[in-house]
Amino acid sequence: MATVTYKEATRVYPGADHAAVDKLNLEIGDGEFMVLVGPSGCGKSTSLRMLAGLEEINSGSVWIGDRDVTDLPPKDRDIAMVFQNYALYPHMTVADNMGFALKMKGVNKDEREKRVLEAAKLLGLEDLLARKPKNLSGGQRQRVAMGRAIVRDPQVFLMDEPLSNLDAKLRVQTRTQIAALQTRLGVTTVYVTHDQVEAMTMGDRVAVMKDGVLQQVDRPLALYDTPKNIFVAGFIGSPAMNLMPGTIVDGGVRVTDHVVPVAREVLDRAQSADLVVGIRPESFEVSPTGEGIAMKISAVEETGADSYLYGTLGNQDPATLGDEVQQVVARVTTRTPPQRGDTIRLHVDPANLHVFDKISSLRIS
Amino acid sequence: MPRFLSAKPDARLIPLPWSTPLSQWPAEHLVALPRGISRHVVRFITVGDGVFAAKEVNQELALREYRLLHDLMRLHTPAVEPVAVVSGRVDDAGEPLDSILLTKHLDFSLPYRSLFSPGVRHDTVIRLLDAMVVLLARLHLLGFMWGDVSLSNILFRRDAGSFAAYLVDAETGELHDRLSDGQRAHDLGIARINIFGDFCDLEAGGLLDESLDPLNLVDTIEARYQELWKELTGIEEFSGSELYRIESRVRRLNALGFDIAELDIQTSPDGQRITIQPKVVDAGHHSRRLMRLTGLDTEENQARRLLNDLDTYRARTNQQHVDEAVVAHEWLTECFEPVVNMVPADLADKRDPAQVYHEVLDYRWYMSQREKREVPLTEAMRGYIKDVLRNLPDEVMSRAALVQVQNGDTRQLANPYDPSMGFATDEEEPAVHDPWEEAAQDVDISSLDHFDIDALRAKKG
Repeated sequence: MATVTYKEATRVYPGADHAAVDKLNLEIGDGEFMVLVGPSGCGKSTSLRMLAGLEEINSGSVWIGDRDVTDLPPKDRDIAMVFQNYALYPHMTVADNMGFALKMKGVNKDEREKRVLEAAKLLGLEDLLARKPKNLSGGQRQRVAMGRAIVRDPQVFLMDEPLSNLDAKLRVQTRTQIAALQTRLGVTTVYVTHDQVEAMTMGDRVAVMKDGVLQQVDRPLALYDTPKNIFVAGFIGSPAMNLMPGTIVDGGVRVTDHVVPVAREVLDRAQSADLVVGIRPESFEVSPTGEGIAMKISAVEETGADSYLYGTLGNQDPATLGDEVQQVVARVTTRTPPQRGDTIRLHVDPANLHVFDKISSLRIS
Repeated sequence: MPRFLSAKPDARLIPLPWSTPLSQWPAEHLVALPRGISRHVVRFITVGDGVFAAKEVNQELALREYRLLHDLMRLHTPAVEPVAVVSGRVDDAGEPLDSILLTKHLDFSLPYRSLFSPGVRHDTVIRLLDAMVVLLARLHLLGFMWGDVSLSNILFRRDAGSFAAYLVDAETGELHDRLSDGQRAHDLGIARINIFGDFCDLEAGGLLDESLDPLNLVDTIEARYQELWKELTGIEEFSGSELYRIESRVRRLNALGFDIAELDIQTSPDGQRITIQPKVVDAGHHSRRLMRLTGLDTEENQARRLLNDLDTYRARTNQQHVDEAVVAHEWLTECFEPVVNMVPADLADKRDPAQVYHEVLDYRWYMSQREKREVPLTEAMRGYIKDVLRNLPDEVMSRAALVQVQNGDTRQLANPYDPSMGFATDEEEPAVHDPWEEAAQDVDISSLDHFDIDALRAKKG
């Protein structure tokens, strides 16, 4: 097991006008499950491949433990890429399907059997070891594939969108299993996904990337509760955080025709009077007083005790919004949810406000 | 209603039972052709006189692979031809089904599962491995990282006395401007593991010749790849008095079937040392030349053989002073076409025309040796049809339900359409209690696109 460290690691593709990964600094702890997440083209896969040795590093370095691996070929890095291929061999037993790569590496039979048995115990496959894969379910096949990587006993597991070709059920199932297994194995793992739900539910920590630049790295809840900038605020969360234009006025920030109270010392950090106010859907309450941010409801979705209200900001100020219609989502708990077509007022606890400077995009609250 | 994405739409595909999961398609649409193992459901389907490989996979992957195969085709890579992506499928209950990627069946292709079978000759094995190595090097020269090199993802075609390898699955592939050494090493590492697994599987099923050792086979692949890569791209340094080495490098590459499009030549300031390095190398040296001269589209070694015959014809007819293209046209109408046109219609599926011509040349040579006389081509062809061609199995589409194992026995596949299911005689085993499977039954797929922040807080708290 080992730590993984990126030090100012940069990758520029020939002919590109900006770096695919720009001065990445990231420390991944021994045994940590780190998820790299971001939209397509953000540099997450490139970062993983720099660690795997597939991408050249133009400047900076990558370390596994106390070894600088920047110039080492992939096979000398003691890493395992998981799920490159899970086609199982029909004439080989489950045990051989898991252990054949060790045989190629010259690992002796006793050691092979020991490692396969250990992995099988972890994966609940002990009773299937002597069988042929013919009758295995999709989930069992996935576990055999995981076993192939586990028996190699690498210092670091690398996973690049490993669930992308699975159906919905197998995806949820395997997601849970990978996270649980990683905890039990305690092997440092770097996992790449474009899916923030996967990132938030699986990672010990999550590194959010955009345009080759690391935006924020933190525990999932910290990312959710204190996003460092507008991008992270909008990217993490499902449904996404409502990000609304606001203007500094006496006593706080005006959003539409309503003034939300915000402390003076927060507002003093702003570079101009224009702000972006972020409110999570579940931070709203239907205002009992008729005071609050106006919302015109276009759809209501009831899910158990909660209702999701979808609509647009009411009483929009054309000066700040122009012709753009600001979409809003609110999750409210009420026995009698409002109806489609209603205009309601939403109240928010000032403690749950996220305030961002419009010029720098950075959080100021 | 399903949607078809296709560059060359084929209306005959539209009425197929797209609302049925591919694994349950009625046999009337299927044909049991040999193929490798696959993680997805794959079937060969027949429509009129066409045969297509169909792979059921999610829409994103299907579209990606379709486009990648098109790119490979544009780059003249030996790969299967993409036909269409069928998406938006729903079953009779209205539940969505995965998309289907359709590719054209490669005529006269031979799957690896029958090629390494008991009784195979050692030099045949080496030729198969070489064909694989050439394919991998060609792909790497183009900047294509395969990501899943395996025998299951390769088909072979006869190529004169050798084989030509074709890529049949590009699902994990990536096309880059150029590959780093790390990417090539990674691809080669995957090739080693996967191909070792493929050979071990054949061995476990009694399908591998006993004299073949899986580890030795993959070591050979790696060594031959490194050797070829060095020849294709390596820097060579020599003294200024050895300029002939430039020409000999070009010749060596041509002999391997490659043309140099750009050769970087650098001279030291005093002119004493020269370094050369091929910068752009294109495969298909002989097949391109044959195509230019005759319009015939053949594999590389077939082209080499046919060009040799053309050169011999030119010498024999004393036409060295005549333009090569004119002689080539004459050779085509006087030699090649009369021979291949003699193949009876019922034997047309045995070998492709260029392969027939190559085999007839061989047949004639042995016949001339035996009878100590010059044997005319048409006479040799008649003998070849009677003695050889008539006795060969059909190869335009070889069948696979029965496979040959050790001791000359044959065994039946459990599912003739899917070799991933093993042999029919493999024992059915009783179900085992598997708590993981039971837990998986309760999976809530609503959590796929949505995370419950309250649950996350409770868990972490």
